[in-house]
Amino acid sequence: MRRIAVVASSVGMLLLLFAPFCIGAYNLSLLGRFLAMAILALGISLVWGSAGILPLGQGLFFGLGAYAVAMHLKLEALGPGEIPDFMQWNGLNSLPWLWVPFKSGVFAIAASVIVPVLFAAALAWLLFHRRVGGVYFAIITQALALAATTFIISQQPYTGGFNGLTDFANAFGFALSDQRTQTDLYYLTLLILALSFLGSWWLLETQFGKLLRAIRDGENRVRFFGYDPAPYKVAVFAIGAMLAGVAGVLFTLNIGVISPAMIGVVPSIEMVIWVAVGGRESLIGAILGTLLVNFAKDKISSAFPELWLYMMGGLFVLVVTVLPEGLGGLLRLLGPEPEESRKTLAIAPVVKASEEVPRFERQETPDQLKKRMNGGAVQ
Amino acid sequence: MTEFALLIGQGFNAVSVASILLLAALGLALSFGLMGVINMAHGELLMMGGYLTYLTLQYLPHGIGYPIGMLVAFAGTAIFGAILEVTLIRRLYGRPLDTLLATWGVSLILQQAARSIFGPIGNEVTAPAWLAGSIRISGGLLRGLDLPVSRLFIIMLSAAVLGLVALLTTRARMGMLVQAVHQDRSMAEALGINTRIVDLLVFAIGSGVAGLAGSALALIAPVTPTVGQSYIVYAFLVVIVGGLGSLLGTAMAALMVGLFSAGWQIFTSVSTSDVLLLVFVIAFIQFRPRGMVSIRSRSLEET
Amino acid sequence: MTSYHRKSRTSVGSRREYLKAVGITLALVVVLGAINSRAEADDSTVKVGVLHSLTGTMAISEVTVENATMLAIDQINAAGGVNGKQIVPIVEDGASEPATFAQKAQKLIQEDKVVTVFGGWTSASRKAMLPVFERFHGLLWYPVQFEGNECSADIMYSGAQPNQQILPALEWAEQKGYKSYFLLGSDYVFPRTANLILKKHIVHDGLKVVDEEYVPLGGTDFSAIVNKIQAAKPDVVFNTLNGDSNVSFFKQMSAAGLPSSKLPVMSFSIAEPEAKAMGPSLVQGSYAAWNYFQSLDDPASKKFVADYKAKYGSDSVVDDPMAHGYLDVYVWAAAAERAKSFDVDKVRRAAVKLEWKDIVMGKTKFAVNQSLYQTAYVGQLDASGQFDILWHSQKPIFPEPYDPLAFPGKKCVIP
Repeated sequence: MRRIAVVASSVGMLLLLFAPFCIGAYNLSLLGRFLAMAILALGISLVWGSAGILPLGQGLFFGLGAYAVAMHLKLEALGPGEIPDFMQWNGLNSLPWLWVPFKSGVFAIAASVIVPVLFAAALAWLLFHRRVGGVYFAIITQALALAATTFIISQQPYTGGFNGLTDFANAFGFALSDQRTQTDLYYLTLLILALSFLGSWWLLETQFGKLLRAIRDGENRVRFFGYDPAPYKVAVFAIGAMLAGVAGVLFTLNIGVISPAMIGVVPSIEMVIWVAVGGRESLIGAILGTLLVNFAKDKISSAFPELWLYMMGGLFVLVVTVLPEGLGGLLRLLGPEPEESRKTLAIAPVVKASEEVPRFERQETPDQLKKRMNGGAVQ
Repeated sequence: MTEFALLIGQGFNAVSVASILLLAALGLALSFGLMGVINMAHGELLMMGGYLTYLTLQYLPHGIGYPIGMLVAFAGTAIFGAILEVTLIRRLYGRPLDTLLATWGVSLILQQAARSIFGPIGNEVTAPAWLAGSIRISGGLLRGLDLPVSRLFIIMLSAAVLGLVALLTTRARMGMLVQAVHQDRSMAEALGINTRIVDLLVFAIGSGVAGLAGSALALIAPVTPTVGQSYIVYAFLVVIVGGLGSLLGTAMAALMVGLFSAGWQIFTSVSTSDVLLLVFVIAFIQFRPRGMVSIRSRSLEET
Repeated sequence: MTSYHRKSRTSVGSRREYLKAVGITLALVVVLGAINSRAEADDSTVKVGVLHSLTGTMAISEVTVENATMLAIDQINAAGGVNGKQIVPIVEDGASEPATFAQKAQKLIQEDKVVTVFGGWTSASRKAMLPVFERFHGLLWYPVQFEGNECSADIMYSGAQPNQQILPALEWAEQKGYKSYFLLGSDYVFPRTANLILKKHIVHDGLKVVDEEYVPLGGTDFSAIVNKIQAAKPDVVFNTLNGDSNVSFFKQMSAAGLPSSKLPVMSFSIAEPEAKAMGPSLVQGSYAAWNYFQSLDDPASKKFVADYKAKYGSDSVVDDPMAHGYLDVYVWAAAAERAKSFDVDKVRRAAVKLEWKDIVMGKTKFAVNQSLYQTAYVGQLDASGQFDILWHSQKPIFPEPYDPLAFPGKKCVIP
């Protein structure tokens, strides 16, 4: 399985490298956007697939990154002494203090990463150190996405409100209307995606990654071993937020608009389904799922706009009930598992007897058990 | 209208908002507390209740139509809830996060179906004559205060439903079973209680209450395909603040959330009060992470 | 795939792994291949884009505008087309999301190579599309009244500017003798800007704004607002609420003993379809300001209503944005005939030179700033959901994208 991942990702990388020469300008810009979203999906895969924390408010961190860079682009388009047009309509005469530092591109880029990380870490710490997790955490992140959208819309003089921020001329000195800039942007997105992918992969190989999986599969057991799960959960959630922020920056550069409609409750939960389709524990799956769902959305919704909504709903139900491991699981169904997986079955009763397992707790399949054994402390 | 009357009026509004939230959150609290299941399609059950009431009123337009519509809404959504439980939710017990995603899918499908069937524009349920109008206070300190009858009705309805559900889940024989399953599922099972039937019943009743909530909501707002969405997040917050599956906690939490948002709305805009509400909830669970009323349970892994 | 720590080195295992690798690769190829399909058109046709929200919260309104646009295209095709070519509409769904609008606009221009696009409703969608049209040099015909403050060579603004809808309504209200105003709106850009302009004018005219309140889009709880209205006792409420919020608002107002007959409400987003859907009894007696009403006594309008009903059912109603969507296609076709070309610059320059013509809403023409000269009307809703037209402006009003009182010194000059 390790080799397949290497082969597939190198082939995929190669295809993506040559994409600008094979597909039209429009499809290239779509691909650029979706690759940016794939960076965010990697984060969800880490947070949800590996650590078992379901984030329903990733749109917020995406938005923080996106707005940070959009504020800079908006200011970059102005002449000296001018303020953005929407501020004038709202009766402002000078640039609000919050906006002033965003005149610096370096500050904006730094903020687009640091702000989501700090915000996510603070939120996660507040909740996880009080052992608020699972469904509670998911719901609170969702409420957060809702509150953030409402708040941004209500602060129209400072945020552009419902319209969001748009109409950028240049990005860091490059003309956005130039096709060359667009191609360069595509490669930048691809590069950052590749780096994020490798970074996430490395992370999962380390002790940290092992602990994340252990926390997912038995948080209390990890606690009994003397670890405090909270810092690990906070850290992985912050990393997920960072990836979301980076995705926000690249997405905004690619599409040239950010508005509250892109960061609310519905987009946030759709982000989770991309990862679920690809296979929540698989990093490649997260990227593939993002591309697949988004391209399907673009193509199907053009031809049958209403059908797409039914399909989206069906996708949630189907992936969760029939294919909990997503496309990765589908591939696994291609043939029987190798012999080794059955051997580990023998330990099953020993583990089961050593702890209290209520009937309604997840019944493990031999495969899941094996996974837990390999990832956890028992070897 | 005096300042004092405005304040009292706002207090009345708080109770009225709280009673709608309570109706919306009761079913959620029931299924969450008992089965650890988060039903994201709960808001759409509310919507379904609204549409069932609307349809009933198409056939029985006068007086008696509305109470019958409420019954139809209750029965219809309860049956739908039962079907949902058997076909989908039962398969996902013990995987609360997956249930959440699957039921979100159900909610998307229901919303789109409502849009296809009834159109995206809100359908209006006209309140029967005995629920229209308002009680006006013409003298004294509260001079100029208007209390809409429909809101009074909703407050009484939610109190009655709360009482009935409390009775059903604590006193009657079924209540004993529910308590047993809630406190220790495996032990209850070992004693021969059919936990699946208990789950099914509780989920169906929870869904039925959502239908009633939708029916009541139709008195003050239009029934639209997205009506569930606008209440569901707040209903979840009520469940979180209230504590796992405690009816008393849910009621108190609904009142608190209602008071909080109505209170802030006097001084700030609706948008700001939404944001403050969330800050308040996060601050609250710093002090009581298990909600207002937490029930001690023997199980180690809690959702 | 949970494999980062699994060690399998058997030959059986690795062959299967390669199979899977091939599988994933194939999936990628399919993804990249599927997105690269496109259709070609022949010389006897000309492609135009129609871009509205067919799904999501805005579909309710935008689908009807799309219908009116399609009606005009059908009629022009039946009469022989434009410059001898049949119009082929390419319909796309903006899904009520600004980013989707931007994406689909780009698709229409780059992939489908349309010569112009009819569409948009919310300001957010127009703002998101604007850079796309400027970057790829397309032409957008925008059919809805809006807050102004925008001036782009690549957009034809046929919907009312603030001085063609909001200010005439204020003029009417002042003539009626209303002295104190309560401003209520959904929390987004049109209501906030409209109210900013209104406030300047109300204060300038020596009258009073008693309060200004906003509810989130789609909000249904008006208990606090109704309380504030009762406390403030205004002469009239100027209402820029959007969509379904209106139903809740009117319902809760009349439940609190303040129906439209007792406290007049002037609405800027309630037209015939909304009134029909809300139930006319609820909003009967309230006022609205538009540049077109279905009840307009005008031969072109009567023909439009009849044709629309023939195509989309006898119980359908038409409104102001639909009439603008219909008008836009006719103006575009006339401009293309005059320019003898579909080139964006030639068409837009020809469009502002066309003569006054009654296409559907009385005599109109595009002014040099690419917005439409049009007459303002104030109507009162009757029991059947139609408007009694009570008042209209003396003559078609020149469109002012920048209100001189609220935004002094700004002018819209299009090269």
